[in-house]
Formats: sequence, structure tokens, C-alpha cells
Amino acid sequence: MTYVIAGSCIKDDSCIEVCPVDCIHPKPGARDFETAEQLYIDPEVCIDCDACVEACPVIAIFPDFELPEKFAYALELNAEFFAEHGTAERTAT
Amino acid sequence: MAGARPRVAIVGAGPAGAFAAACLLRAHGDAEIDLFERLPTPWGLLRGGVAPDHQEIKRLEETFDRQTLKRGCRFLGNVEVGVDVSHGELADHYTAVVYATGAQTDKSLGIPGEQLPGSWAATEFVAWYNGHPDYRELDFDLSARRAAVIGNGNVAADVTRLLTLSVAELERTDIADHALAALRESRIEEVVVLGRRGPAQAAFTSAELRELGRLDGVDARVDAADVELDAVSRRWLAEEGTFTARKNVELLREFAARPARPDAARRIVLRFLRSPVEIRGNGKVEAIDVRRNEIVRTEDGMLRARPVGDDVETIECGLVLRSVGYRAVPLPDVPFDERHFVLPNERGRVLAPDGEALPGVYAVGWIKRGPTGILGTNKRDADETVRCLVEDLVAGALPHPPKPAREQIDALLAERKPDVVAAEDWRAIDRHELERGRSERRPRVKLASRDDLLAAAKRGT
Repeated sequence: MTYVIAGSCIKDDSCIEVCPVDCIHPKPGARDFETAEQLYIDPEVCIDCDACVEACPVIAIFPDFELPEKFAYALELNAEFFAEHGTAERTAT
Repeated sequence: MAGARPRVAIVGAGPAGAFAAACLLRAHGDAEIDLFERLPTPWGLLRGGVAPDHQEIKRLEETFDRQTLKRGCRFLGNVEVGVDVSHGELADHYTAVVYATGAQTDKSLGIPGEQLPGSWAATEFVAWYNGHPDYRELDFDLSARRAAVIGNGNVAADVTRLLTLSVAELERTDIADHALAALRESRIEEVVVLGRRGPAQAAFTSAELRELGRLDGVDARVDAADVELDAVSRRWLAEEGTFTARKNVELLREFAARPARPDAARRIVLRFLRSPVEIRGNGKVEAIDVRRNEIVRTEDGMLRARPVGDDVETIECGLVLRSVGYRAVPLPDVPFDERHFVLPNERGRVLAPDGEALPGVYAVGWIKRGPTGILGTNKRDADETVRCLVEDLVAGALPHPPKPAREQIDALLAERKPDVVAAEDWRAIDRHELERGRSERRPRVKLASRDDLLAAAKRGT
């Protein structure tokens, strides 16, 4: 499974600060951070620890099995964001 | 007064002010912060801007409350700086003053007919449906079959959604009662959304655009020809386009490929490369004239819309909502940059006309950087401003206020403004609204007049 960020994300970076595996991007300072409309979780790296859900000040992060129907699209969207630049590459820069 | 606790006034209790207060308390736990707000309620556009059907985002108020008011930051609501208390007086009473007043007016289109009854700023409509007490008396005529929304940003998407959502869905939100009553009687069947530039340049987030295509009983239409990208846009999208821009174009192509749903109760029609040239009507809005644009790359590398030919298309409509940007207004006794519509500043330190920092005066949020970014952008913006403030504090660069005692500002306010809304008064308002919400199975039922808000504040505990 994985956690998923939906369109209610406000780009507060609290989730990034608590993620133990650095799988939430783009990070402040990254090339595409300012233009990103939300943050995304790399499903290949996420370890399902729930820390980001606790930290999120709005209701934007869900485990994939509890994703509300209206946010169902976000599962594919999060994965797609990392299709071009994976977490390893993003974290290295 | 070395070692004394710094006293900081933050002007404006919207997201920028709240993030600044929270950040300052993290950096300087003993700071005494007074959060001034001209409304009786805190959290600015989180309450008065974020759409009522986006309750997931309104949850942020709990974080604001926990990180500010519950940590000793005082709320001084129903006090307008510049009217009830002057900048000079704040400077007399506080070590530092942080302006977080946002952008309170909208950009106009600058076309004939814009002042006709029925032509509004989208932000007026937003403030009205969100229960902002200064906008409750506005009378939106929703009796025509068609409305036009000008602009391609998230405010345009919000007002389009609010005009097309079913009554059953609106009833589950915290939309203001007067707006719910008016929208119940709305005869609007079609909302035409006009974008000056093309689908690839639309400023919607893909989340907002996707939502427009998923509304119950609403057919979102876009003409297939309108999503055919021109060569300039195609190249831009492939080489420089953001993830969001590519998603938007994909979504619009999906909308265009769907079969029309003539049975749908309402319709959203997205039109691109169209600029309004005149709003027409006899005593009220009856139609809008639009002209076609093309996308060109200018010398500075920007993609701009340029009019093509003189052909004008007339779209009949009885309501026009323009959403082409916000603009800040000058504040009394504080420098203002008339070109960029912000307080002139460097990383949040407000600058005097000679370019030197004005000691103890700061800016945060839209009044600092202009109306860009989303809610979370203010967190990093506040970090930057607060870092400057703390640096100045540590360097001893801040003036010692002649009247530094809390009792002194309280005495002044008591004299000027006997009905200041404090944090506990706001909590009484909040409880009242949430209780009414529970009884109506809604997230909250807002009090939308100053009198009602102040009465609930006074009834208190």
C-alpha cells in the first residue's frame, strides 16, 4: 500500500519535515516547488508509517485503502508525478 | 529594557498573520503578540475565501488556533488599524508591527459596461456566499439563464462551482444562509468561463479543474477545437510546461471527448483565447462581447494573448463575475509601492522611501509579496519575515516603545472600541456557529452580520 496526497493539499510542508524516508516532493527550494499545486508521495518509497497524516494541518493525506471516491484519481496522480523524476533523483539534487 | 519581552502587533488575522504569529512564538516563546483584526472573526480568507464545499481545507483553523491563541497570542477582533488605532499609536505601544493585511480589492477589466448592475468582482460574490459581514447586503440577480465568469484561476473555478452545485450539495456546507436562500432560487443553467489565454496557460490547479468536470448533474463542456493547442503552446508545454499544465490539458481533452449530456440540469462551458471587450445592457447586464486572441511569445520569453482580427462575438448573460486578480490597497501612514501594490520591503522588512528599513515595521503575506501562492506559501513567507524580526531584536535594532505595558494599549482600546472581540469572545461565536451547524447537519452555520457576531460574542460562556 501507500499513502496518497489529494487536491486539498495546501503545500504546508509539515509532512515533509516528518517523513522518515523523504518520499514527499517537491521540497521547498526544489526547481518545481513553487509551481507545484500540491505535494506528492512516491508510492515506491512510502513505508506507510502514518506520520504525514498526523502532521497534515488539513485533510489531504489518506492511506490508499481509505481514499475517498472523490479523490480516487490521486493514487495514479501521485505515482505519475514521480514517473519522470524518481525520489532518489529528487532527493539527490 | 534589555531582557524585556518583545511586544509585537500583527495587523490582520488571516493565514499570513496566523502563520507569522505561530512562527514568532516558535522562535521567541516569550513574545507577547496581539493579533489585530478588523472583523470580529479570525483566519481571514480561510473563513471568508476558501469555498464552503472545501471543508477539508478549513481544518487548518485548528492548527492556527493551537499554534497562536492557545499559546497566549491575544486576538483583538473588531479593531481596524488605521481607523480605530493608528500606525503611530501601534509604534508607541509595540516593539514591532507586522502588517498582514492581504490584498483587499480586485483588478478591474477596464472595459466599457463594467459598472453595470449585474457585473461584479468574483471576490464580492465569494465574500457574500462565505458570510463576510460587509458583503451580506449585496443583491446578486440570479434570474438569467446564463452567467459569464471571466478568468481562469481558482477563484473563477470556485464561483463557477458555487453557481452550478445542486442545492442538496450546498445545504451540506457552511455557505451563508442568505446565499443559500438566493442560490435555491437561482435560474442559472449555464456558466460560460472565459480564459484570455489557451488551455495550456490556464491558471486553475488541476484539482479545481477536475472538480468542475465531476459535479453531479453538471455537464462540463469544452469545444474540441478549443483544446487543439497552437504551435507556440504545444512547444511550451513540451519543453517548459508544469506538471499541472500538462494535467490541465489532459483533463480538458477528456472533457472535450465526452458526449454531451443534454439531460444535465446545468452546464459549464469553458472557452479559451477569448477576451471581453464590452459588457452591454440597458440598465443591467444583458450580454458580454468577446474577441478572439492568439498566443504569442514576447521578447521576454513570456506567452501572452494578442487579439486576432476585429470580430466580436456576443454572449447573452445576466451576470458577469470577473476574477482577474487581487490588488492590495495602501495603508494609512505606512509606505506603499504604487507600482507593485505591496508594502516596499526587503525579505519582510518594510522600507522607507529612501530605501532604508523602517525600524520595527514588517510585512507578511500578500501585502508583502503580492497575491500569489496558496495557503502554505504563507508559512515560508512568515518564516522569512520572522527571521528578520528576530535578527533585529537580537541585534538591538528595534526601538523601545514609549508605552510598552499591555495595560496601556488595553486602556486606549477600551476608550475607542468598547466591543473588542477577544479570543474567548471568538470562541463563543465559534461554539454558537458549530452548535447551529450540528442541529442542521452542516459543518457550521455562520453568523453573517456584525451585530449577530457581536451579540454571540457577548452572550459568551
